[in-house]
Amino acid sequence: MSRHLSGFRAWMWQRASAIYLAGFLVYTLGYLIVAPPLDHQALKSWLGGSGMWLATALFFLALLLHAWIGVRDVILDYIGPAGLRLGILAAVFLFLLVCGLWVLSILMGVL
Amino acid sequence: MMMPSQPRPVFLNLFQIRLPVAGVMSIAHRIAGVLLFLAIPFAIALLSLALADEKGFFQTQALLQQPLTQMGLLLLLWALSHHFLAGIRYLLIDIHLGVQAPRYRHTAWAVLIAAPVLAVLLLWGLS
Repeated sequence: MSRHLSGFRAWMWQRASAIYLAGFLVYTLGYLIVAPPLDHQALKSWLGGSGMWLATALFFLALLLHAWIGVRDVILDYIGPAGLRLGILAAVFLFLLVCGLWVLSILMGVL
Repeated sequence: MMMPSQPRPVFLNLFQIRLPVAGVMSIAHRIAGVLLFLAIPFAIALLSLALADEKGFFQTQALLQQPLTQMGLLLLLWALSHHFLAGIRYLLIDIHLGVQAPRYRHTAWAVLIAAPVLAVLLLWGLS
């Protein structure tokens, strides 16, 4: 993944995902402030609506991608030794992968 | 290769390096990003609990009202606000807006000041 997601391409994906994350957060936080779901059923039907479900799934995909590129940049800047660097990168990747699968299983339950 | 006649000065006293305001904003953007990255599993856990069943939903609500959670939430909302505003500033700089000399410094100050204000407003609005 690193090889395909470096340089200009990573830079571009970081910005594309940032714009989506920003838009989704403004909408969702605004919604939660103005009309928060008041019980379990309301939350479930809000997230389970076809548009919102897809937007939320896309949000987490964009979030994990954005986090991967960002944290990878931080690691490459501050961690020198190659072995340690690779180890931490692998741990971060695995961490994000597990987060993604976890979210997916939660979202599947709402459908 | 020519060696310098004297050892080069090494100056890495962090308390004596004065970072310009855009630099402070920039490193804070990084720190906020790492903080938000670490918060991802906690956010997912809360979502999972709230979506589990009726009892889980009210447990989530009660948990979010705890003083300790509110403090953590305020910190994370600050990180989110800062990362969001600084990110928008970077996107604008990408399209050559606010690159000029006094302007980029003013926007860096604006981000640093607006972020905690936005965080407090968000916590208040969401509570």
